[in-house]
Amino acid sequence: MPEIDTTRFLTDRYDLVDSHTYSVAEKAGAYTTARKVLTTVQPDAIKAEVKAANIRGRGGAGFPAGVKWGFLPPKDPNKVVYLVINADEGEPGTFKDRTIMEKDPHRLLEGCIITMRAIGAHVTYIYVRCELVTAIKRLEQGIKDLRARGILGKRPFGIDHAMDIHVHLGAGAYICGEETSLLNSLEGLRGEPRLKPPFPAVSGAFGMPTIVNNVETIAAVPDILKIGGAEWSALSRLPNDGGTRLYGVSGHVKKPHVFEGPVGLTLREMIDRCGGMLDESRPLKGVIPGGSSTPVLRPEDLVNAPDAAHPLHAWHGKSHIDVPMGVDTMRGLGTMLGTCCAIVMDSSVNMVEAARNLMRFYHHESCGQCTPCREGTGWLSEICDRLIDGSATEADVDLLVEVSNNMMGNTICALADGTAMPMLAFVRKFRGEFLEAARNGGVKDGRLDLAVAPLLKGRAA
Amino acid sequence: MPFQLTPEREKYADELFTRYPTKRAACLPLLHVCQEQNGWISEDVIEFAATRLGLSTAQVKGVVTFYTMFHQRPVAPNVVWVCRTLSCEIRGAKVIQEHLEKRLGCHVGGTSKDGKFSLLKAECLAGCGQAPMIQLNDELHENLTLAELDRILDAVAAKTPAIASPSSSVAASHTPATSVAAAQSAPSHAPESTEAKE
Repeated sequence: MPEIDTTRFLTDRYDLVDSHTYSVAEKAGAYTTARKVLTTVQPDAIKAEVKAANIRGRGGAGFPAGVKWGFLPPKDPNKVVYLVINADEGEPGTFKDRTIMEKDPHRLLEGCIITMRAIGAHVTYIYVRCELVTAIKRLEQGIKDLRARGILGKRPFGIDHAMDIHVHLGAGAYICGEETSLLNSLEGLRGEPRLKPPFPAVSGAFGMPTIVNNVETIAAVPDILKIGGAEWSALSRLPNDGGTRLYGVSGHVKKPHVFEGPVGLTLREMIDRCGGMLDESRPLKGVIPGGSSTPVLRPEDLVNAPDAAHPLHAWHGKSHIDVPMGVDTMRGLGTMLGTCCAIVMDSSVNMVEAARNLMRFYHHESCGQCTPCREGTGWLSEICDRLIDGSATEADVDLLVEVSNNMMGNTICALADGTAMPMLAFVRKFRGEFLEAARNGGVKDGRLDLAVAPLLKGRAA
Repeated sequence: MPFQLTPEREKYADELFTRYPTKRAACLPLLHVCQEQNGWISEDVIEFAATRLGLSTAQVKGVVTFYTMFHQRPVAPNVVWVCRTLSCEIRGAKVIQEHLEKRLGCHVGGTSKDGKFSLLKAECLAGCGQAPMIQLNDELHENLTLAELDRILDAVAAKTPAIASPSSSVAASHTPATSVAAAQSAPSHAPESTEAKE
């Protein structure tokens, strides 16, 4: 196993005292890259560096950021370009962007400044979910400090390119993390996703060309420009996705937290970096690799790719949790990389209960616009309820599959797919547990907190 | 009497409109600042916002009903959100909720016997690595144990003035002056934390 790579870019200011303040961040190097880039590098050259960095969107879809920027139409004097930062972090299991905004908001703000220069935008909206109060305060203070110093204003670093950044608060809707829904929410509408095309790069916020990027993607931009796109790309262990990234682990590990590593760590390495399993007597049962919309993986499943041409051939015969975390590798395993924040579940977890928990979430969060999603999420949640309370039959297990299949690909946005795919994986990989619930009159002791409940109560006594 | 913002909040609202190319885009931030003052989004607030935004009340109501964080009913001066999504759930969120229900004497969706707390269930609050966790007013409390939870609730309860008749109307009791959130720290979107755009 490769030894732990301690290279830190995104997080290199995290441990400083008051790392969120302008003075500390500035002393530690913030805005030196922005100053250099804005005064010496042409916008096209900035775009070229980001393209060379090969960075794939860190929000979950994994679309190359440089390519996305390239979709902007040629400059049109009648149009303005907007940069919108997706900071509506709400995918269950995901808590990485919050660390950037709370510990190093100036890295994100510097990234916004460089990106605005690259894409010709004058205004950035950072769409933050309103629950993240500390993040919001620190971003707003950061923006205030930048305005006071003229870094945001009519002539940042003396160049003729006016810039401003606004924080826009969400109001508690998971769906607003979907980019077109986010744009509707930004415009003051209900957060219902829009049909694509047109894509936001052509017609986004207020009908204008708009680039929507995740917090982590934009926070990486200063480092990409600092060390060079190709060098940054080479930090990765995988060919098709560059750089370092944030990894998060929650659930049954000793020390759940967010850390930085090169793209391509394996799930096993991630668990090891969190001190291993919470209780060695309860082995790993399943892990959701990148937020709740990504299908669950089992440690006992082995990669079956004897064909040398198969993209996963290098890991033939190895456990799924020993495959590097990448957009393409995870897709090869029938799951997704998502946000790269894993939920680790040990043997105390009943998978019917786990599935129900997530299905309830999606039922609550479906915007209701498309029938397959509105109805499908509700039925999946209800069938799981029936399985658990003992009123389901074995046929209901197949009904879960049928409903899921009818949801996929039939809706405006990906929420329905993001519900159906994990549901299908739960049923396929833990079918025995679902059938057992149907046969045995429900799930008897299905609480999901068996591993920790005594601990919590014990500490209270 | 129709709803009105305080003069400082009114000034902040004026500034909000300068941030966006359309008036309508100020809808969410305007509703946030109204809720901060009023405690919840009443019919009066909707009328006020509609007038300011140049929208119909139906359009504003459509927005209000879409988003979980806009309270469509009066809530107690303190709101406890308990996250029950998977990462928190497998780290003991149910124990936290059961403890809250027992202590406050109400179920999720209800208001405590003393009228000081509303208890609500939240979906993922992006604190998965610090589970179990709650949001109390505008602060996240993470890595909770029951003892820690009691300590936090005791502190907030002590700071909240007694409510005359909790069952009759929690709305009447909610003014910014009694809000612990307002007393502890200036909310992120409070007027003093912003600066007029040049």
